[in-house]
Amino acid sequence: MTAAVTTVPDARGRFGPYGGRFVPETLMHALDQLTLAYAAAQEAPEFQKQLDYYLRQYVGRPTPLYFAERLTAHAGGARIFLKREDLNHTGAHKINNCIGQALLAKRMGKPRVIAETGAGQHGVATATAAALFGFSCQVYMGEEDVRRQKLNVFKMRQLGTEVVSVKSGSRTLRDAINEAMRDWMATVEHTHYIIGSVVGPHPFPMMVRDFQSVIGREARQQCLDQTGRLPDVVLACVGGGSNSAGAFYPFVGDASVELVGVEAGGRGPQPGQHASTLSHGQPGVLHGSYSYVLQDADGQTADVHSISAGLDYPGVGPEHSHWKDSGRVRYTHVGDAEALEGFKLCCKLEGIIPALETSHAVVEALRIAGKRAKQDVVVVCFSGRGDKDCFEAARLLGEEIGE
Amino acid sequence: MPASTCTIVVEPRTDGRFRATCHLLPDAECVADTEAEARAALERALEFHLRQRALADDNGNLNPIDALFLRLRREGRKAFMPFIAAGDPDLPGTTLLVRELVAAGASLIEIGFPYSDPIADGPVIQASYTRALAHKLKLDDIFGWAESVREPLQGVPLVGMVSYSLVHRRGATAFLDRARQVGFAGLIVPDLPIDEAESLSALTAERGLKLIHLVTPTTPPERAARIARLSTGFLYCVSITGITGERDRLPEQVLEQLQRLRSQTDLPLCVGFGVGKPEHVRMLRDHVDGVIVGSALVRKLEQAGKKPIEGIARDVGELARSLVTALNVPVEV
Repeated sequence: MTAAVTTVPDARGRFGPYGGRFVPETLMHALDQLTLAYAAAQEAPEFQKQLDYYLRQYVGRPTPLYFAERLTAHAGGARIFLKREDLNHTGAHKINNCIGQALLAKRMGKPRVIAETGAGQHGVATATAAALFGFSCQVYMGEEDVRRQKLNVFKMRQLGTEVVSVKSGSRTLRDAINEAMRDWMATVEHTHYIIGSVVGPHPFPMMVRDFQSVIGREARQQCLDQTGRLPDVVLACVGGGSNSAGAFYPFVGDASVELVGVEAGGRGPQPGQHASTLSHGQPGVLHGSYSYVLQDADGQTADVHSISAGLDYPGVGPEHSHWKDSGRVRYTHVGDAEALEGFKLCCKLEGIIPALETSHAVVEALRIAGKRAKQDVVVVCFSGRGDKDCFEAARLLGEEIGE
Repeated sequence: MPASTCTIVVEPRTDGRFRATCHLLPDAECVADTEAEARAALERALEFHLRQRALADDNGNLNPIDALFLRLRREGRKAFMPFIAAGDPDLPGTTLLVRELVAAGASLIEIGFPYSDPIADGPVIQASYTRALAHKLKLDDIFGWAESVREPLQGVPLVGMVSYSLVHRRGATAFLDRARQVGFAGLIVPDLPIDEAESLSALTAERGLKLIHLVTPTTPPERAARIARLSTGFLYCVSITGITGERDRLPEQVLEQLQRLRSQTDLPLCVGFGVGKPEHVRMLRDHVDGVIVGSALVRKLEQAGKKPIEGIARDVGELARSLVTALNVPVEV
């Protein structure tokens, strides 16, 4: 393991060549302030104490590292363990970051928070944290997603958040991020933008990774406690890349641990049919950082597709780009149809309904485990539960469950 | 040669104010209430003049943006700088608009390169980009078009407003070479803050192109001074904290900001974001070298499809003329 991979980003927010700040000047001062505030919070014992308190008492951490016996038997090889982020309050890993950033916003004295959301998981987690700490909150969501994710829209509204339907561009997550950035440009003095993934300008990719690293830290210790050894493989799905960054980061220095990121293969490798940014994209600029992007020959962002709204994103966090180029993490992809099979299998064999995002990682875990020796340990970041996907899964499986 | 090494003569006037002159710049004189202010003002004018002279190429040719502001300052006039997006509603339509804007008295024209994710732009310009891209507008179409409008431009400089994504994807060198070849005098890359712009600054300078940076109300003064040092051609002063788009009124702080910038640099100061009405222009004109107007003009294009482009171009021309008038004709009392 080279030091270059473990000691990033540098002071300018660069992970190797990736990251940085490609944003309008209006945001530069706020990003500087945020960087300072975050550095101060990291040094402040009372901040860490508060964060630990809310993660334990409110979110329900630590989450179990669960030995998935029947999935293991099904794969017929290595032992499969699930890091149960689906058991967090609000049902996914997103809340880890939201609690951290909300506490930071409180420290900075900002009374309002905003966020973007695709499927609505990050929106619900942000709305939850806003209710908990008494912030006013607006969440930007593409018009298409508002229509498809009525349940999460309802939840956010009940939590006191205003959901803003974004009608520009492709009307999905990408445009929700654009719109949240625009809001932030005009309100930066009293508003904090709780970005939901390890994307955007520095310090967001670093900060979100740090808040999500609780996943990997716990999993590492639990694996040592439960099996007496480090895992051989750690897997996670990658959209923007927050659950995977959080799961991988504490293992980056453990050279023996293979790290595997699973992107959305969608319907196939043709442009517009998938969201496999690291497999098919090129380095470019999107949403304020330099990273792999799915784009056309001119640099216009490409359309993407995935069965899973949380993976349906044409960019990826800059640290993942760095991990890809350095070879520290291997990135692969799983298609829509396989992911849906993984969803069904996980329900039937383990009694756990996974998010469609998570299903991608489960499928690859089964493949890998099948090829490895029985004493080997494969850890899957089980990023979220599938309640939100039931309507979509039912539709795809040809069942009517009326909305 | 630094401005401070030449001889500036400051003399009291009969009205109690002070007049500064210098033999290097015979047609310049600066009058102010105090001796120090008059001297400082002339120093800035000299610094500007010397910088322009240093920038001229071996044949003494200035970049068209530098030439424009030298001329306007000499004439005591201000620049009207309209913005339109290339290809909205289509490229022939953009040519028609360019003709109209030139006829209305545009000093410089900013051409937006449509981009799929323009985070600094408000709804009007974003919609304009979306319309242009819906017709599969390509980067090479824009470059080809720029080459074709040299005659209609009649010497009015062209500045490209382009997201870094497009520059990077083409390759900065190839992008800049082509931009210069087709007649762009400079570029504004709104998502490339100075901290990330080092290499592009060098590449533009090597080609005699200007790289125009932005200063905003949230920029701290020391940083604004740094940006002013790195910007070339002019300094783009953003009037509001937020995105592009029309506003009923501009914040009063913009004048304080301009005053502070004026004391920090002699680069031409041009104000944009939210400027779209004659009263905005009248408020700003004594404090700036130029105004940039985008959304208010681009909004007229929302009618495209419902109304012939000739009619839209006339509307754009009419608004442009009213702004040019507000910019340069004194209010009668």
